Amino acid sequence: MVEGEWDIITGNHAAALAAKLARVSVVAAYPITPQTTVVEYLASFIESGYMNAEYIRVESEHSAMAAVIGAAAAGARTFTATSSQGLLYMAEVLHWAAGSRVPVGMAVINRALGPPWNIHVDHQDAMSQRDTGWLQIYVSSNQEVLDTIIMMYKVAEHPDVMLPFMVCLDAFVLSHTFMPVKIPRQEEVDEFLPPYRPRHWLLDPSEPISFGNLVLPDEEYQEMRWSIDLSMRRALEIMEDVAEEFSERFGRYHGGAVMKYRLSDADYVLLTSATLASEAEVAIDIMRDEGMRVGLLKLRSFRPFPHRDLRESLQGRKGVIVIDRSISFSSGGPMGNEVRSSLYDISGAPPVVNYIAGLGGRDITYNDLIMMTKDAIGRISTGRLKRPYYWYKLKPEYQRVELAEEVIS
Amino acid sequence: MSITIHDLRKRESSYLPGSAACPGCGATIAFRIASRILGPNTVYVIPACCFSIIQSPYPRSAISAPILNFAFAAAAAAASGVQRAYKFMGKDVNVVVWAGDGGTVDIGLQALSGAAERGENIIYICYDNEAYMNTGIQRSGATPMKAITKTTPTGKQEMPKDMPMIVAAHRVPYVATASVGYPFDLANKLEKARKIRGFKYIHIFSPCPPGWDFPVNKTAEVGKLAVDTYFWPLYEIEEGKLRITVKPRKKPLREFIRMQRRFESLSDEDIEEMEKLVMEKWNFLVNLEKLERIF
Repeated sequence: MVEGEWDIITGNHAAALAAKLARVSVVAAYPITPQTTVVEYLASFIESGYMNAEYIRVESEHSAMAAVIGAAAAGARTFTATSSQGLLYMAEVLHWAAGSRVPVGMAVINRALGPPWNIHVDHQDAMSQRDTGWLQIYVSSNQEVLDTIIMMYKVAEHPDVMLPFMVCLDAFVLSHTFMPVKIPRQEEVDEFLPPYRPRHWLLDPSEPISFGNLVLPDEEYQEMRWSIDLSMRRALEIMEDVAEEFSERFGRYHGGAVMKYRLSDADYVLLTSATLASEAEVAIDIMRDEGMRVGLLKLRSFRPFPHRDLRESLQGRKGVIVIDRSISFSSGGPMGNEVRSSLYDISGAPPVVNYIAGLGGRDITYNDLIMMTKDAIGRISTGRLKRPYYWYKLKPEYQRVELAEEVIS
Repeated sequence: MSITIHDLRKRESSYLPGSAACPGCGATIAFRIASRILGPNTVYVIPACCFSIIQSPYPRSAISAPILNFAFAAAAAAASGVQRAYKFMGKDVNVVVWAGDGGTVDIGLQALSGAAERGENIIYICYDNEAYMNTGIQRSGATPMKAITKTTPTGKQEMPKDMPMIVAAHRVPYVATASVGYPFDLANKLEKARKIRGFKYIHIFSPCPPGWDFPVNKTAEVGKLAVDTYFWPLYEIEEGKLRITVKPRKKPLREFIRMQRRFESLSDEDIEEMEKLVMEKWNFLVNLEKLERIF
């Protein structure tokens, strides 16, 4: 592997390389499948002298997150990676990271949650951490993994943002799949991404600051929460600016908060994220060839949620088909719900048809996406929108129960 | 060269007047001594504990040192991160965890054990008030047998964890027990810990007037009696070698027990039984002292 050249590498390799190119100086990590090779690569980079950093081999994910927060508080650029149960075990400290306003970076390899044990792709792990105050980006290719991690350090460390970020990549579909990736040169990345210099607060004996003291209701607790929300919203435009700058320097553009594909004249919009979105491009091409006016809106950023972008892109369409790879039980897909709430007060808002699909790694091909799109268009045009969300590709005997429920409700 | 009162007086403490501590708080005595010894080139990582409150509510601060308040379970891990960042930058700073007994022997044990096993260059200090005092006196893994807490209203049934020995079993370079009743012993141990590289652990017996129910002007006396009755022996384990640092003339355990209402359910027979346990532990330590190395 040579910097400045093309290579064929896995998503996990790309994530580890991104941390190296971003000049991360403290890594803390705990293994979990399918994240493990990220921390293996980092260990070999550091021990071989290819990467200059401290590596803390902690005893749990809770401690991994704690260690990177501590290191960031002392002024280091930090990185960790996890997956599934590991991310859930971090939950408490994820909130601590955002509340501390430390721009910690993390690769999350999206994997289903147990029980039962399942190591395959599913977005439930990251989606259930949506309110932690972390920026959350879902990517579709190994190139996008590498580029996005580098870009997100620039976004997260922006003085108006100062929030941690997770770049989410699908288990195995990206993490263990080899794809061609153009590896930037270190000098190019250095020019793009300046060193981390925290300006708001720092653990420094020469200028003692007590961080995280008890705050009473009449003091600024609520304002501190508000400032996280404000920074999160502000991050949307900064993300666009950084993506533009990255594309000028490196010639690659993956979109800001969203990426649009054959969308401008589309009557129906397929909205999904991660690798389902790259599969959707194939589906769109096939449906276009059949004469259907469909387009794709790929959601890259789930937090911050690009409400304005969605409202502008979806207004006036005949329908929106949202495909979620996770479920908020009894309520629908997290993305489906967000899209609906975005469109709610637009007069003549397009109907939203939400599918829950591909949980626990169940294969979703471009053909499945075509099936869902056609099913949704059929429902919209005949007024058969009976339920807020639909389960896709349940085994036939379960599907019968689901359909019977549909008749009852 | 041991620390004297003159040395202590010359050094500045980062503990300021006007904290939110209870009157007679043992932990604040310990912190005042510790911050004098550790000096201004020190950062503290503090998990949820009495000191989260003692520091004073935002925007005030009763401590003039950098503090990272942290989640209950992971102070030792956060301190590992802080220390490694300084190491990467080539800065030499004392990184100190300042934690209560709950954050040490119970919820924080995993992170503490991990940091000890990795040999992180930090000083972990547990100020032990033998229960969850910040939440209102509930039993912890450090609460002594027979002590009344709000979750053991008739007295705890189990022996506490022997935390210093648990840490020592990690074969770290320095482990010590201390008591606020023996401030110079504590100061000397801190001074030693400051100079040793690697993971250092100091477990400070820290009497708590509201939690143990004794008069607020008796903190030092209770702290001293704990040692003098052999209830809380003072020793250090340096590179695996144990040394008892204070060998007082033995006083009856009753004197220590009867000063505190948390032990009011103890009968005379109970005290006798505890006296036996205390002597067993003391003799055990005396025997360990004879060994070349215990770990």
